[in-house]
Amino acid sequence: MNTTLPPTTGPQPEAPRAAPRPAFTHDWRRIARMGSVAAFGQVFIALSNMPVRLDERLIVKPVLSLGYLVLLILPFAAGYRQGHQIKRENMPVCAPGPNEVVGGFLCGLITGGGLSLLAVLVTHFDLREPLVNWSPVLLDLLSFSNEMWFAVVIWLAIGAGMGAAGGVLRLLGPKSHRVVVTMALAVAGAAVLESLVVDVAEGLGLEPLTDRLYAPRGGVAWPSALGLAAVSGLLAVLGRGRFRQARVRHAQMEGAQRTRANLGLIIATAAVLIVLPLFAGKLTNELLANVGLFVLLALGLNVVVGLAGILDLGYVAFFAVGSYTAAVLTAATSPKIAPEMPWLVALIVVVIITGLVGLFIGAPVIRMRGDYLAIVTLGFGEIIRLLFLSDWLSGWFGGSQGITKIPGAGIFGITEVSGTDPRRVFYLVLAFCVVAIYISWRLERSRLGRAWMAVREDETVAEAMGINTVNVKLLAFVVGAVLGSFSGAIFAAKVGSVFPASFLILVSIVILVVVIFGGMGNIIGVIAGSAVLIGVLGGPKQPGLLAEFSEFKLLIYGALLIWMMLARPEGLIPSVRRTRELRQQEMAQDAWLRGQVDDDDAGGADGPRPAVQP
Amino acid sequence: MTDMQAAAGAAAAGVRQPLLETRRLSVDFGGLKALDDLDLEIYEGEIVSVIGPNGAGKTTLFNAITATVESSDGDIVFEGQSLLGLDPNRVTSSGIARTFQNVRLFANMSVLENVMVSQHCRTKQHAFGALLYTKAFRQEEAEIRQRAEEILGFFGTRLVGYRMDQPAFTLSYANRRRLEIARAMATQPKLILLDEPVAGMNPVESAELTGLIGRLRDEWGFAIVVIEHDMGVVREVSDRVVVLDHGVKIAEGDYADVANDPQVIEAYLGKGAGDP
Ligand SMILES: Nc1ncnc2c1ncn2[C@@H]1O[C@H](COP(=O)(O)OP(=O)(O)O)[C@@H](O)[C@H]1O
Ligand SMILES: [Mg+2]
Repeated sequence: MNTTLPPTTGPQPEAPRAAPRPAFTHDWRRIARMGSVAAFGQVFIALSNMPVRLDERLIVKPVLSLGYLVLLILPFAAGYRQGHQIKRENMPVCAPGPNEVVGGFLCGLITGGGLSLLAVLVTHFDLREPLVNWSPVLLDLLSFSNEMWFAVVIWLAIGAGMGAAGGVLRLLGPKSHRVVVTMALAVAGAAVLESLVVDVAEGLGLEPLTDRLYAPRGGVAWPSALGLAAVSGLLAVLGRGRFRQARVRHAQMEGAQRTRANLGLIIATAAVLIVLPLFAGKLTNELLANVGLFVLLALGLNVVVGLAGILDLGYVAFFAVGSYTAAVLTAATSPKIAPEMPWLVALIVVVIITGLVGLFIGAPVIRMRGDYLAIVTLGFGEIIRLLFLSDWLSGWFGGSQGITKIPGAGIFGITEVSGTDPRRVFYLVLAFCVVAIYISWRLERSRLGRAWMAVREDETVAEAMGINTVNVKLLAFVVGAVLGSFSGAIFAAKVGSVFPASFLILVSIVILVVVIFGGMGNIIGVIAGSAVLIGVLGGPKQPGLLAEFSEFKLLIYGALLIWMMLARPEGLIPSVRRTRELRQQEMAQDAWLRGQVDDDDAGGADGPRPAVQP
Repeated sequence: MTDMQAAAGAAAAGVRQPLLETRRLSVDFGGLKALDDLDLEIYEGEIVSVIGPNGAGKTTLFNAITATVESSDGDIVFEGQSLLGLDPNRVTSSGIARTFQNVRLFANMSVLENVMVSQHCRTKQHAFGALLYTKAFRQEEAEIRQRAEEILGFFGTRLVGYRMDQPAFTLSYANRRRLEIARAMATQPKLILLDEPVAGMNPVESAELTGLIGRLRDEWGFAIVVIEHDMGVVREVSDRVVVLDHGVKIAEGDYADVANDPQVIEAYLGKGAGDP
């Protein structure tokens, strides 16, 4: 007991720190576990046929295809991860040493063992029956067109090599670490963004540059890849981490300074978003428009899930209601409502109707909690789709034929926005995104927004603090529904036809993954999440930059979701409040505490406080 | 018993109407009578301690008053109006606030936001005001914020300054308990129910909080019911002490009477509750 009283113990012994671990003391079980998990993952990837499909997409021509990249990344990640040390207060942290490399090597070796074993098995047994994706092409790819024994050896070697490389990454100091990561990101980014870069460069008349950067049939040409790595590495060295510093500085800004900095960032972003489509071709604008539609949906769902904490798995219902309402009101082919409205007028009706639907669905659902609520919303999402599909209402909605020949969205007679010109669609979506961002941003900082957060944190207590939780949750549902209906109305005008098949549960799930991936409750995070996921992987039916992934999109979305939940539940970009405070001010708090001896606050929530004898 | 009750009521409040009154209040948990025919009166400006062994039904009493659990029988009357059948948020807006025995803050909201959001039932700006950023909205926001800062200032330097913008989960244990009280104050109640406010605090902290409870009544005018195990604190703060055991009121009166009551000593059997 006495040892916890600082005055009586004298000087605390300095915690030993920063001595590298000897090269051969390992947490063997950890290495074996990570290695085998990675091995399973790799075999799974191989058998999903991903490598074969992705082999057509070149990253660096001719050395690296996307197919091989997905196989190489796992042993590397496992090798890097195994050296991770959990930092605990007052526990010595070992400096990274040869230990990491040896550990990474072993970990990678186990990972490589998975594919080696697979190669042996498929050569000796006929496994076509159980393994439907099994094909000679895959074996060819795995064995580099050689014998089976070659595949065995090469994958063990590759695994061990990549694992060791992952370990080496731990050895690098922060500076070299930054340089290496920048180089890798530059090359990977150039490869992933290829079509976008080529397209925009064409618009800007910079073709000679991209012709040199990219090989004729796709992929970064290897000399350019080296050049790009060198240039970005150099920039990283010269930049000396200014980017990160700027970010930290921005996070610490207060008041007017912060407002000014934010304004600058907003203007810069707006300028890029307004100018970029002018130089981009049709495909890029199509992509941007699709991303925008999902940003809009994600912002809506973010109000429901991120702010109010209502796990709505049927969010697609509002997207569908928005689309169908707009279609019925504007299309001449829709049977029931004869005088067709202009799109903007229809939009007002769409908002009202979707709001009402939100209210009707919400009213019974909102009284449930947690799992029950999630399941019931899932059901409602399906019910809405089935209603649109039904023969009963086919007079209104056309059943499985849907509604076709929906005219574009006329904007005050100035322009007409339709799918034939994706640039205009993008601008329209952008305008609505700005509206949605404004709405979420203002509401989050209002009495209602705080009530939503309170409900999310603890519904019982929120109720006990005088918040009418039913009303507040219902409002979240309605606001989310209205934001989703914007997206739906634009979607109808863009695509020109709506079918029940466009509104599968899958859409709900994808939007939810996007919101969780970006960081629930955080507007910037949600936007970034949609941009990255929808832009790169693609939406439920919309292709992304890596169109080769389309077949495996759901697999990847699922894997991402699981990984996010395990590793970063706060999302890609956690809420500002968490990052801002925790680092810097913890120290301030400690200093403050040390100054106050009689203090009451020592220890915080962790650990028993010293008992004072009477 | 009835004599004592009448005497205590008269001593504390003269002939005034009670602020809160429970009449033969019972709470059943599937056969377990957590509260059994409880009659209780709380007068304005009074600090009443509720004591009793673990499981006596003290927290259940708070839960029943705030409509967190359903009462199976009897009535709860606040300012002459029955509270039965009201939703918890209506009970709060009618003027009863509480803290929780197992501290339940809005962990990911900042300290300031915790207090701001608790003024929900006293404010009225709605979504449109926020979206249009009207003058009324800005004014109300400023007021909410100012009142929140004022309430946090009541606890000295502990919850103000940079702490205000920190998420509640970073607070120390004692500060979390303080923030719970701040949150209850923010609902602008007439009656505050404190459920073991000094539990887990060291003697210095608990002495300080005892002082604060007195000031809550003197400076803010709240009537206070406090559940407490620490008999030192009970003696210090209470005008009146109510003892519960197995959901039944076994004694009521000022501290000295209750501490020497043989029934009370028996209820605490071996715990030495009567020791000063
Ligand atoms: N929600 C509940 N459901 C069932 N039993 C409960 C519930 N809440 C409390 N009880 C029971 O009621 C009795 C009184 O509990 P409580 O009021 O929490 O006691 P305390 O006086 O320690 O605060 C205990 O026996 C407890 O187990
Ligand atoms: Mg209790």
